[in-house]
Amino acid sequence: MAESIKDKVAIIGMGCTKFGELWDKDAYDLVIDASYDAFDDAGVGPKDIQAAWVGTVMGSTATQLSVPLKLDYIPVTRMENVCATGMESLRAAAFALVAKAYDLVLAVGFEKLKDTGYGGLPMAVQSGGSEKWHPVIGSGDSAPGRYAMAATRYFHRFGLSQEEGKRTLAKISVKSHHNGFLNPRAHLRMEVTEEQVMKAPMIAWPLGLFDACGVTDGASAAVLCRTEDARKFTDEFVTIKGFGLSTGPGMGKVRTDYDYTHWEETQRAAKQAYTEAGVKDPRKEISMCEVHDCFSIAEMITYEDLGMCEKGKAKQDIEAGELSLTGKHPFNVGGGLKSFGHPVGASGIREIFEGYVELLGKAEQPERQLKNVNLALGHNQGGNPGRFICSICIVGHP
Amino acid sequence: MIGIKSFGAYVPVYRMPATEIARAWGGRGKGERAVANYDEDSITMSVEAAIDCFGDIDRKKVDALYFASTTPPYDEKLSASIVAAATDLRTDISTLDIAGTLRAGTTAIRAAMDAIKAGSAKNVLVTAADSRLAPPASEFEPVFGDGSAAFIISDQDVAVAIEDYYTLSSDFIDVWKRAEDPYIRTWEDRFILQHGYSEKMGQAVAGLLKKTGLSAADFARVVYYAPDERSHQRMAKQLKLNPEQVQNPMFGVLGNTGAAFAPMMLVAALEQAKPGDRILWASYGDGADAFVLKVTDAIKKIKGRRGIAKHLESKMQIPNYEKYVRFRNLMQGEADRRPQYISSLPMMWRDRTQVMPLHGCRCNNCGNIQFPIQRVCAYCQAKDDYVEVPLADKQAAVFTFSMDERAVEVDPPRVWTISDFDDGGRIYITMTDRDISQVQIGLRVEMTFRKIHEGAGLHNYFWKCRPIRVAGSKAAAAKKKKASTAKGA
Repeated sequence: MAESIKDKVAIIGMGCTKFGELWDKDAYDLVIDASYDAFDDAGVGPKDIQAAWVGTVMGSTATQLSVPLKLDYIPVTRMENVCATGMESLRAAAFALVAKAYDLVLAVGFEKLKDTGYGGLPMAVQSGGSEKWHPVIGSGDSAPGRYAMAATRYFHRFGLSQEEGKRTLAKISVKSHHNGFLNPRAHLRMEVTEEQVMKAPMIAWPLGLFDACGVTDGASAAVLCRTEDARKFTDEFVTIKGFGLSTGPGMGKVRTDYDYTHWEETQRAAKQAYTEAGVKDPRKEISMCEVHDCFSIAEMITYEDLGMCEKGKAKQDIEAGELSLTGKHPFNVGGGLKSFGHPVGASGIREIFEGYVELLGKAEQPERQLKNVNLALGHNQGGNPGRFICSICIVGHP
Repeated sequence: MIGIKSFGAYVPVYRMPATEIARAWGGRGKGERAVANYDEDSITMSVEAAIDCFGDIDRKKVDALYFASTTPPYDEKLSASIVAAATDLRTDISTLDIAGTLRAGTTAIRAAMDAIKAGSAKNVLVTAADSRLAPPASEFEPVFGDGSAAFIISDQDVAVAIEDYYTLSSDFIDVWKRAEDPYIRTWEDRFILQHGYSEKMGQAVAGLLKKTGLSAADFARVVYYAPDERSHQRMAKQLKLNPEQVQNPMFGVLGNTGAAFAPMMLVAALEQAKPGDRILWASYGDGADAFVLKVTDAIKKIKGRRGIAKHLESKMQIPNYEKYVRFRNLMQGEADRRPQYISSLPMMWRDRTQVMPLHGCRCNNCGNIQFPIQRVCAYCQAKDDYVEVPLADKQAAVFTFSMDERAVEVDPPRVWTISDFDDGGRIYITMTDRDISQVQIGLRVEMTFRKIHEGAGLHNYFWKCRPIRVAGSKAAAAKKKKASTAKGA
């Protein structure tokens, strides 16, 4: 009989590199820096690690972790589940602990994107993308183009003019940039104004430059053990409350009943995670959410599908400031993919890192330290509207 | 009697005003010419004309396809077979390219007549299409146009009987292009017009009249090729034609469409023709072909074609000459650091019924139409229980869209749509021939066969959608029906 994972696994140390266009760092540098941060935080060394999982979407094999860390022939597995990759490393590591296969494990996520010579992500066929590559059917499409179709339809369905829709989305980006501005590890540390966002060059109509996340290098890491062992290492740790993973059958471009205004996979993954964590009313129980905002519209619809805003009413909550650092439901406290950056394989563990920092009261700047944090939710969705892989992880105090 | 059973034509949506060419290169400009979009070529335009030509005729009865063009996309690789696949013809048919001469269109008609006469075919589809590249700043540039025509040649139910013909072959060289030449080449016009066009065309028409015992006055309409407007006028005088006999050559609205020019002029003439009309039709290039045509009662049954007149009415101005420079790749731009398009012949082959004739599937269990073809039904999960259904002739409405400014694209933004077919099914497809200010949810679209990219050195073809070019009664009715649905959504 399956059981909830709630409180069975502890995260005893975490690391996260500075995110950005790290011209002077390669993939090895990134995983070394993030892993050693996590080792130091947990008070362990690489020799203590019995197994590891490394998430990367554009990278190559598990040796991208074992070689730079010179791991001692232990099991290392490469994870890839598009934007859900980082959280998948964490999930696999946690399950191995619950299975009592190991006692101390490492989960790492990284991506090195800025060596290509162009913006955006490499072509899917060369990177094991989320969707079957085809020479002509859907050929040459892009993530912004796909998400923008949801924005177009959302505006239409909920009666927002182009101006109103874009302005609502702009407020999300302004908020995320503010949060990232306060965060020393963030990639794009700058405040932006609503007018700047509105007037920015178009990427994929109706989404402009400031509706899109950065293309970023970075890595994040976590050291985990079973909760009963945690205090052997440290008194400062968090526990995993629940995971959700929903891999959609991808029918948004095929079935005429997909509305392009909700993320079904997010709803399903949230249900799984809330059930595991025993969350009955997310609006009351979840203290903060680090969610997948590769584009502003992704975040807006996620508000609704996590149950943090009513369907079609995110606009009101955005305008009321409910989702800002000082609001009732702070979202993307670290700056989100928008401002913190999105090294694809690293983002999942980075989101949990943000929750870990806030739960343990370790935020570097006092103005970005939330009070009374109970549960922190991390959310990633890979793929595109109508065809997502959504991962959710909730962490909290032991 | 062998003749034309059906006809159709296609004119690309873009027009280049001659003033825009004059702006770029100087000189005076009058009128305009049709220019193919960047994703069009002689194959895609042949598909368009063929579909226009089919009307209510069962395309499975076509047993040969002759593709005529001086601009086939491949030097080695048949174009006719690609047109046949895209138009969903049978595979047990004869396919043939007739290229290398401006007279390719009428040569194909003659070959079709011979096949029917010999009993090897009953219905031959002939397509004639060209998109010739004029040297920039040349006298050809304001004159050349792009377009296509298609005919079904048969000996049953002919709308236009081909009563007689006369053919003249000549090694005379006036325009030419070698494989290594980017543009058409030519010689001093005073020489080539006198000893080429004027002489050979005159001889062919004279030969036809002598053979048939007819005189120029016996024709209600005379439809003939000319390289340019002035030469066309001179030929009318040379043949002693009355102005009312002369078919408008469409310089200044269409342009000289090469091997498709005389065929397109004939389609324009047939759109006006009455039963009993006798038509003299002549084309030129490496000699000349001349035909005596007689319109029958069956022409009344040919309805609903977009042909020349409706396609000419439906147009958009190319915004500027620089856009044309990009369409035709006339200037080398910044080297793209992004990955180039690639292709896969096994994938194109595996998915051939989806890629070429745009087949989706209809689940036998629940009846839902789906594209691409799903082995396991997206609605009811029935496995391997479907029939293929053609979607290329279905109209649709845009459910949602985006406009990607950063796409690797000749004419950004790339407009992506989710479009829902009126008769069921949804497709994720780009939009071409669009005015981006008109793109909106609910926009009515139809499918059009286009070149998607040249990855792996191949012409990779597939379908796009476009705003419906010519609103017919069928389209209008569907629009009404769909508009109410869109409001409710």
